[in-house]
Amino acid sequence: MASVLYAVFVGPFKDMASSPSFLIEVLLGGIATGLMYSLVALGFVLIFKASGVFNFAQGVMVLFAALTLVGLMEKGLPVPIALLVTMAVMILLAFAIERVVLRPLVNQEQIILFMATIGLNFFLEGFGEMLWGANVKRLDVGIPDRSVMLVGIQVNQLEMSAAGTAAVLVTVLAVFFQRTRIGRALRAVADDHEAALSIGIPLKTIWIIVWSVAGLVALVAGVMWGAKSGVQFSLSLIALKALPVLILGGFTSVPGAVVGGLIIGVGEKLGEVYWGPLVGGAIENWFAYVVALVFLLFRPQGLFGEKIIERV
Amino acid sequence: MSDPEARPGAAGARPSVGGVGAISGPPLLMVEDVSVRFGALLALSKVSLEVRRGEVLAIIGPNGAGKTTLLNVISGFYHPYEGRILFDGRERTHLAPPDVAALGIARTFQNVALFRGMSVLDNLMTGRLLKMRGHFLLDALWWGPAKRQELANRAKVERIIDFLEIQAIRKMPAGKLPYGLQKRVELGRALAAEPTLLLLDEPMAGMNVEEKEDMSRFILDVNSEFGTTIALIEHDMGVVMDISDRVAVLDYGRKIADGAPEHVRKDQAVLDAYLGATHG
Repeated sequence: MASVLYAVFVGPFKDMASSPSFLIEVLLGGIATGLMYSLVALGFVLIFKASGVFNFAQGVMVLFAALTLVGLMEKGLPVPIALLVTMAVMILLAFAIERVVLRPLVNQEQIILFMATIGLNFFLEGFGEMLWGANVKRLDVGIPDRSVMLVGIQVNQLEMSAAGTAAVLVTVLAVFFQRTRIGRALRAVADDHEAALSIGIPLKTIWIIVWSVAGLVALVAGVMWGAKSGVQFSLSLIALKALPVLILGGFTSVPGAVVGGLIIGVGEKLGEVYWGPLVGGAIENWFAYVVALVFLLFRPQGLFGEKIIERV
Repeated sequence: MSDPEARPGAAGARPSVGGVGAISGPPLLMVEDVSVRFGALLALSKVSLEVRRGEVLAIIGPNGAGKTTLLNVISGFYHPYEGRILFDGRERTHLAPPDVAALGIARTFQNVALFRGMSVLDNLMTGRLLKMRGHFLLDALWWGPAKRQELANRAKVERIIDFLEIQAIRKMPAGKLPYGLQKRVELGRALAAEPTLLLLDEPMAGMNVEEKEDMSRFILDVNSEFGTTIALIEHDMGVVMDISDRVAVLDYGRKIADGAPEHVRKDQAVLDAYLGATHG
């Protein structure tokens, strides 16, 4: 008994203390992964904030964006041009979604909109494969997936640039939605559609903006994850990893998505490296969901989510 | 209990900007033969109504008479299948709600529609969105014109907060306020847009006597101080007789009377509608 307690509560910390530089490497890896989870979660948060809809298709949007980018690059377009075209495609997609899916369903129950996003999910999946094929594709963004030594610590170049990009993007979005007029309008729309309309906020425009931003965020996430593990169908499954992040951070909070992502990313890396051997490894795959479960029990609105006020 | 003459400066006698009897120019809003249908239900049937510049018009009628539907048609939430709506002399029948708001028509809702998660102050600031211009970068950096604009708007909002006597709750989340205060904040948000025409859907529903008196005072003050034209739906006949220059009565989707409060209260069709529909 004592040896089990020792192995769980003392041993791992002794390991951490005995090799601080390795601990830092693990932490950095965790932060990098965490920021990338944040980015996917951010896509969900934006759409949920503005329309109260849980966008089931967010994961497939990541895949679709990456597929389009790789497809265009294979057609021989240089990277910057391919990126611009893909951005344009994602914005066009936002217009199409507003026109074809959201507008006809305005004022419907949220569950109906959710079902519509499931439909969108399957459509985009099929459409992407029809256009670009279903093979695994390699995405080369010109940054090598190699480690370099930096003040005695090994850092992966690709992971670090991905983390940097994610950090910048998240900051920009947070400032944008806190400070600007659009941000205020977005919060208003999220709170009450009718009231927002009555004070002159055009719902359509807000939806197009939000879905465009969610599409661009999906593109960045797609590039980063695609460069790491290839562009293939499983890319859309990282959306599943964003769920615990959302439960942790709250469905309506941009900073929450960031902090939630970091907690999950760092937590699962630490768990895997230091506690994993105790149970034979592979903690990484389920750690996030257990954390989410605990949060659901004690703080269902998440760390930063708005407190759920229900009138009875 | 609520004789119009009892209150000094009540209906008609009250000096209002171009009020009853002092009409010049066309009415601010004209509803012409408007019909609204929900499936088989005819919610409004050839209703015509005008709202004159500077007046306080009350729209009354038994439950289900079509009062809220009429307000929803004016503010663009519903569109009539026949008839026209003219605002400021121009046809505005098929505008969407945000465009109606941009014309200077603000409204409140029967079941308070506030931004519940935002503070009272933010609710009012959001009400001013139409008055603000966007500078993406400047807004984000909180710099130069963006800052000046925010401060100028803030000053206007603070004036409304003082006017409605809600200084004490300005930082509170709107959703946590008692119902009466929520109604007052909602009025404040509508005022923040500096509307020409203010539509109030049961501004005093669920209020106690004192709250009703406060709200009546605010409505009259808005009308006289800002010169805002007001059309409101109200059930409390005492209040209606007290604060309105003119009363329009709806019943089963038709307008059955329209005129000065003291005339409408004696109108036989109105008495029948009320006695028949709500007390019978």
